[in-house]
Amino acid sequence: MTTAPIHPISETSMGFGSRVHSWVISVDHKKLGMMYIGAGLIFFMLGGIEATLMRLQLMKPLNDMLTPHGFNQMFTMHGTTMVFLVGMPVLLGFGNYLIPLMIGARDMAFPRLNAFGLWLFIFGGLLLYYSFIGGDGLYGMGGAPDVGWFAYSPLTSKAFSVGHATDYWILGIMVSGFGSMTTAINFMATIVCMRCPGMTFMRMPLFVWLMFTVGILVLLALPVLTGAQVMLLFDRFLGAHFFDPQQQGSVIFWQHLFWFFGHPEVYILILPAFGMICEIIPVFSRKVIFGYPLMVAATLSIAFISLGVWVHHMFSVGLPPWLNSIFAASTFLIAVPTGMKMFNWIGTMWGGNIRFTVSMMFATGFLVMFLFGGLTGIMLAVVPFDWQLSDSYFVVGHFHYVLFGGTMLAVFSAVFYWFPKATGRLLSEPMGKWTFWMFMIGLTLTFFPMHLSGVLGMPRRVYTYQPGRGFELWNLISSSGVPFQIVGVLLLVTNIIKSLINGRVAGPDPWDAWTLEWATSSPPPSENFSKIPTCTSPRPLWDRKHPEDPDCFYE
Amino acid sequence: MTSIPHTNLIPSSAPSRGKVGMACLIFAECWFFAGFIVAYLFYIGKSSSGPLPREVIDIKPVLVNSAALIASSFTVIVALRGLARSHMGVFRFWMLLTIVLGGYFIYGTAMEWKSFIVDHHLTISTNLFGTTYYSLVGFHAFHVIVGLCLLTSILVLSLMGHIHVVRDHLRVELVSWYWHFVDAVWIVVFTTVYIVGMRP
Repeated sequence: MTTAPIHPISETSMGFGSRVHSWVISVDHKKLGMMYIGAGLIFFMLGGIEATLMRLQLMKPLNDMLTPHGFNQMFTMHGTTMVFLVGMPVLLGFGNYLIPLMIGARDMAFPRLNAFGLWLFIFGGLLLYYSFIGGDGLYGMGGAPDVGWFAYSPLTSKAFSVGHATDYWILGIMVSGFGSMTTAINFMATIVCMRCPGMTFMRMPLFVWLMFTVGILVLLALPVLTGAQVMLLFDRFLGAHFFDPQQQGSVIFWQHLFWFFGHPEVYILILPAFGMICEIIPVFSRKVIFGYPLMVAATLSIAFISLGVWVHHMFSVGLPPWLNSIFAASTFLIAVPTGMKMFNWIGTMWGGNIRFTVSMMFATGFLVMFLFGGLTGIMLAVVPFDWQLSDSYFVVGHFHYVLFGGTMLAVFSAVFYWFPKATGRLLSEPMGKWTFWMFMIGLTLTFFPMHLSGVLGMPRRVYTYQPGRGFELWNLISSSGVPFQIVGVLLLVTNIIKSLINGRVAGPDPWDAWTLEWATSSPPPSENFSKIPTCTSPRPLWDRKHPEDPDCFYE
Repeated sequence: MTSIPHTNLIPSSAPSRGKVGMACLIFAECWFFAGFIVAYLFYIGKSSSGPLPREVIDIKPVLVNSAALIASSFTVIVALRGLARSHMGVFRFWMLLTIVLGGYFIYGTAMEWKSFIVDHHLTISTNLFGTTYYSLVGFHAFHVIVGLCLLTSILVLSLMGHIHVVRDHLRVELVSWYWHFVDAVWIVVFTTVYIVGMRP
């Protein structure tokens, strides 16, 4: 029997239509990962436009650029977008792209389920954004959801939320949540079952460990949110009374359910960022990660403690003092493993031969900004302090330092680090340095003054404020940071497009790194590795490059 | 040049990805049900108007129902053993019995709902008991129906001769895991609704 030789069709030789088609039908984890990240970055720009509108509105007192209703829609859509349509998909996208490469596998455990998850996420995102057009429903009222990203009852009840805006919020998030859950199942099965020979759990790259933990948290937290959203749908469509105070239903019960999801969710958004930093800092410090087993232990304890801290979002509700005290204590406790990680990263950099590439600059920026956001978080765990500042701009400043200064800076660092692997081209370093400084200046200008306006008493989620209360200057400075961030985003996009067209060719291993994704070509072939690699230590590529002094001698 | 010793290469003894995937799905489903069980427990005795659980629940048919569902967990094990030994007749018989027992459970639930709705005028919008009862028991029944669909497809496929012992034993086993999970959730739901929820 003779078989015809197979000629692989290169992407560039195909027409535009068939190239799009090859992406749409793809079940390859690399393409799906890139589509996750690309779609996430598009939603990032939409969420950024919403934030820009809010900052323009708050630039001066008694501004009337946005209506109160429009402002409510903007902060709801901004928060929902950034958490569910930017944070989750971008981080899951990196996991999708990197996990099989890092553990020496050819694909995820369930490639078709993986594609299903991606398209569920995209459909959910479109469903949410369709509310701008279709949220009016038959009542001619509504538009985009305006109930806040945590959609507190009774704002979401039929009486206060006429039209279908809230229904789009529920269904959009629920559908994209199903996508995240399928991805988490895939991560778990891939990490447990698909590791290459020699890749024991304690030799896995820390990024994989962190994504493993994120998988557990997604499987644990998102179903609770889905359940709560189903209850809300029953309330709205079937006349159930879960959150209906007139029939003894409890509005606080929604808060408990939401934050039981919401706090692990915060760690779902930051743990992958930790994982990226754990990969990037050692490579650019030319040192082994400091305290690998401690990092794993700290990660697992963060995940465990994160199940028992949710009431710190609810200190101002008026729950019994003993309950508040327990949750304040657990919140302090979670700072301990987080602090361990911080010291381990600094310990890795300490005495290292640090190369300040753009990726490393973003990683260092992450350390500073995340530390700042973490410290204000510890301040907010003090119950009386929280009573004073809950729902003020201090809280907004705090979590933007954690999520923008933390997660997004780590994502930018990861983009600069892994872009050469995914495309075969290096991003421009000079342009990247401009991007970095634009973001650092923009971030500080926008989010630092929020702490001050918050302490001065400016509440969150108000569309305007009176002059003469000391808020003007700080709000003006906050708004003045926006142009810097816009320039940063535009520079990043330009950099990506320019490098795709004529960036410097990267080669398989531009950073002289140690994990298995750098052992294959850039971009990797569709089967990742022509021969399944083996792993002899946590730094398999170091062992291969330095057979005279491999890590496995010291295990 | 010394070569890297390969003595510490640990052979891969990982479980099958199907098992891990199904275990993860069941883990997630547990947390989904946890929300509804907590809601039920939280709202016990808080209904502002009747009917209350003690006035409408008739425990005897529920016990028969529960016995049928728990028995079906054992029959599916027997069916799986038959499949492992390639006794397709045994396999089909016990699969059919499992489906009949599961179907009887759904029938029993339907009868209970009929009595609640028609005789006692209790719907999901009547009071908090109705709200939490219909959502919790309804979601469990929905999962039983999904399980029945899976079991029935396997039975139909095996009657058409499309079930092969070597290739499909694991797949059938995974469906049986799901079925055991549905059974285990019922034990928790039963305890919540028919024991804890009946207190005055």
